Amino acid sequence: MELSVNGRMVDLGDDPQMPLLWALRDIGKLKGTKFGCGIAACGACTVLIDGVAVRSCITPLGDVTGAVTTIEGVGTPEVLDRVQRAWIDEQVAQCGYCQSGQIMSAVALLATNPRPSDADIDEAMSGNLCRCGTYPRIRAAIKRASGQGAA
Amino acid sequence: MGIAKIARRTFLIGAAAIAGGVAFGYYYTSRPWPNPLKEGLAEGEATFNPWLKISADDAITVIVPRAEMGQGVQTTLAALVAEELDVPMERLTVEHGPGSFAYYNSAMLEDGGPFPFFDESFIAETMRGVSEPLSRTLGLQVTGGSSSTRDAFDKMRKAGAAARLMLVSAAAAQWKVDAATLTTENGAVVDPASGNRLTYGALAAAAALLDAPAEPALKPKSDWKLLGKSLPRVDMVAKVTGTAQFGVDVDLPDMLYGTVRMSPRFGAKAKTVNDAEALKVPGVLKVIPIAANTGSGFGILAQNTWAAFKGAEALEIEWEDAPGFADSAAIFSALREQLAKPADFTLRDDGDVTVAFADAPREEVLEAEYQAPFLAHACMEPMNATAQWKDGKLEIWAPNQGPAILQMVCAPLVGVEARDVVVNTTFLGGGFGRRAEADFPVYAVELAKVADGRPVKVIWTREEDMRHDAYRPAAVAKARARITKGEGPLAVDMAIAAPSVIASVMKRTFPSISPMGPDKTLTEGAHDQPLKIANYRVSGHKIDLGVPVGFWRSVGNSYNGFFHETFLDEIAKASGVDPLDMRLKLMAEYPAAAGALKKVAEMSGWGRDPGTGRGLGIAHTLSFGSWVAQVAQVFDSPDGIRIEKVWCAAEIGQALDPSIIKAQMMSGIVYGLSSAMGQEITLAGGEVEQSNFSDFDAMRMNQCPQIEVEILETWHRMGGAGEPGTPPSIPAVGNAIHAATGKRLRSLPFGKEVTFA
Repeated sequence: MELSVNGRMVDLGDDPQMPLLWALRDIGKLKGTKFGCGIAACGACTVLIDGVAVRSCITPLGDVTGAVTTIEGVGTPEVLDRVQRAWIDEQVAQCGYCQSGQIMSAVALLATNPRPSDADIDEAMSGNLCRCGTYPRIRAAIKRASGQGAA
Repeated sequence: MGIAKIARRTFLIGAAAIAGGVAFGYYYTSRPWPNPLKEGLAEGEATFNPWLKISADDAITVIVPRAEMGQGVQTTLAALVAEELDVPMERLTVEHGPGSFAYYNSAMLEDGGPFPFFDESFIAETMRGVSEPLSRTLGLQVTGGSSSTRDAFDKMRKAGAAARLMLVSAAAAQWKVDAATLTTENGAVVDPASGNRLTYGALAAAAALLDAPAEPALKPKSDWKLLGKSLPRVDMVAKVTGTAQFGVDVDLPDMLYGTVRMSPRFGAKAKTVNDAEALKVPGVLKVIPIAANTGSGFGILAQNTWAAFKGAEALEIEWEDAPGFADSAAIFSALREQLAKPADFTLRDDGDVTVAFADAPREEVLEAEYQAPFLAHACMEPMNATAQWKDGKLEIWAPNQGPAILQMVCAPLVGVEARDVVVNTTFLGGGFGRRAEADFPVYAVELAKVADGRPVKVIWTREEDMRHDAYRPAAVAKARARITKGEGPLAVDMAIAAPSVIASVMKRTFPSISPMGPDKTLTEGAHDQPLKIANYRVSGHKIDLGVPVGFWRSVGNSYNGFFHETFLDEIAKASGVDPLDMRLKLMAEYPAAAGALKKVAEMSGWGRDPGTGRGLGIAHTLSFGSWVAQVAQVFDSPDGIRIEKVWCAAEIGQALDPSIIKAQMMSGIVYGLSSAMGQEITLAGGEVEQSNFSDFDAMRMNQCPQIEVEILETWHRMGGAGEPGTPPSIPAVGNAIHAATGKRLRSLPFGKEVTFA
């Protein structure tokens, strides 16, 4: 089964029941997307399908019809996206495990709401758990990426 | 009886570790461990000591042999070397390096004894002194106890300074000049007289052959260029681009995948198992029984993780009944009953508590009972490890806090020497003490043994992770105080019942060793606090509840901080005095504690009227060498309690990277408040009832308060940063809820009695 991932066709195996998360990680070898809970409760596995934030851990491969974007498709260490740049400027990450999912949710938010308020950020980001407690810096990074009140 | 008297008839936690040294073979304490980097040097690479490699093409590699689990240790420890080596951070490559006894942690056991951090008496200092050779002997490469920076501060600066001197000497020999006339800058040795310049890379091969100076002089603090500054984290770019390698990301040629399904009842085995359906799942290759000290169950070998998960789910297993307590009600009854029995140890016993209460009028006596539940660590990255057993060689890749522990525990599984087990440590998607356990690598090794030499990556489901943790102990405390109105406490007596973390860890990890003496973690956060009360007793009641318990961020301080600081708040309010003023009076002899409290009072505007429905709460806990005071402000909103703001003043003696330390304090607060709001692990039918973030959630972005942190550096000993933010956060919020609502919350989580917005 070939899907459009980060702008190119990628073979993700032939099991339509396999969650997109595991197909991306184990078969597509795109491991930036993380496994956290398997029940869409933590957001670590967030990817975009046609620009919409989706929990890949509960999305069967067979249900995916659109173009998939993962953290690898947002930017690279050499060519960073503005959201990633804001994350670096605010030194957001600690353990970093949830941050791929956090960034994907932020990218989806900013695509539809270029200048989100605190309430908008809470609404969009509360599905993404962070056990290191980086929330205040995530909020600052989203504000910075949207050109609002960067310190 | 004072603390010194108690010490004479107790042992260090280290006593257990000494026995460990016997079990694993005698080593002379003076023997330095060999430099593990000497094996496997690439062409043109030279190594100066276990922390540094420099190659002919000027690549400078610093080994930071501590787990990077978010605390920024790779950045701060690399900066120690860079500062003395005289190279900018961006010139360095930072690696975790191999698992080796050379990377023993000498600071972790330093305060493992029964002495409070502020006790600098002869006996306390002597016992701290013997912990270094003890740690060296054991070669314990462990990340824990908020000790990495304290351990590395001298060692890694000296590693950089020694290498710099060797490079200068090599240049001096080549140029035939006096080494004292040379300087270094930006990774090169320079001769100001001639203008000659050679890069470290050009000098490395010759320099590494020279004798290392034993005690190289270190820069005075006033000359520091990197230390004491907030540096960009070396792991940041990788972590925002999905390129950081966590344990789950290990990818090896020919790799297989796996998972485990272990008994949900602690100490129980499978009565029957039917693996027919599991083996029918496409991609499932094998199902094997696993019997380990940490549990009994099954491993599933498969061609991908999803197949392994499906196979595990398809196993039909009938488990034995749980041998221990069936449910949480029985567990808390047992804890209460234990408090009625004589104490196992009393690490604080000032004045005469018995006499102080004997003639106390009823109205002067305050009594309270507190309780705290078991807690899971719930690291974002579920437990996992990758192992390969091929041609008589065992290699492990794992996000772990103790490569030495992995080596010792996994070696006997295949019959090799501990030092021959190769351990590769990846980034850790959270640790919090959970990854100091050895269960996840053991299970990976068991699956690797049946994989025909192929590597196997074994990832647990979240449900397996939640139900097979080494939990924060459940605990109950009974406290009584004799108070003087308008003054405060004349006597305080706290009895704390909990399972022993040390006993539980040793039993499953090193079962041949019997830990001796009291487990000070059982009462830490209560017996070792910087307060003078005329009659003051804190006693520990140890009970084995049959549930594995382990090191959960701040360990005993996580529940004792809550018990102790909530009780102080109750004492203050019952005495009709301000809780800050009362603490300052009781802490008059401890300027570091008083300083942190005064600072946080200033930051939060303590004493102001916070407005209708709002309340302020204050708490202070000295843990892991840091004196941390916090004030929380809560609002009793129509939607429930909202934690609006937390102010934190942390006296840590020496701040090597202020922004990383502040981030750690914030992290500790969010971790503590996550537990205070709603987390508990409960048992029913001998099984953990919670399974995932759906029923064991943590604080979310919309619940996160504003957090303001200030660092103080007045104390003469350096404290830790990873854990000390957690203990005071919980009582600060509980005390604030009391101030706002009049409701006194004595049982965690608070969410059982109040709703959080």
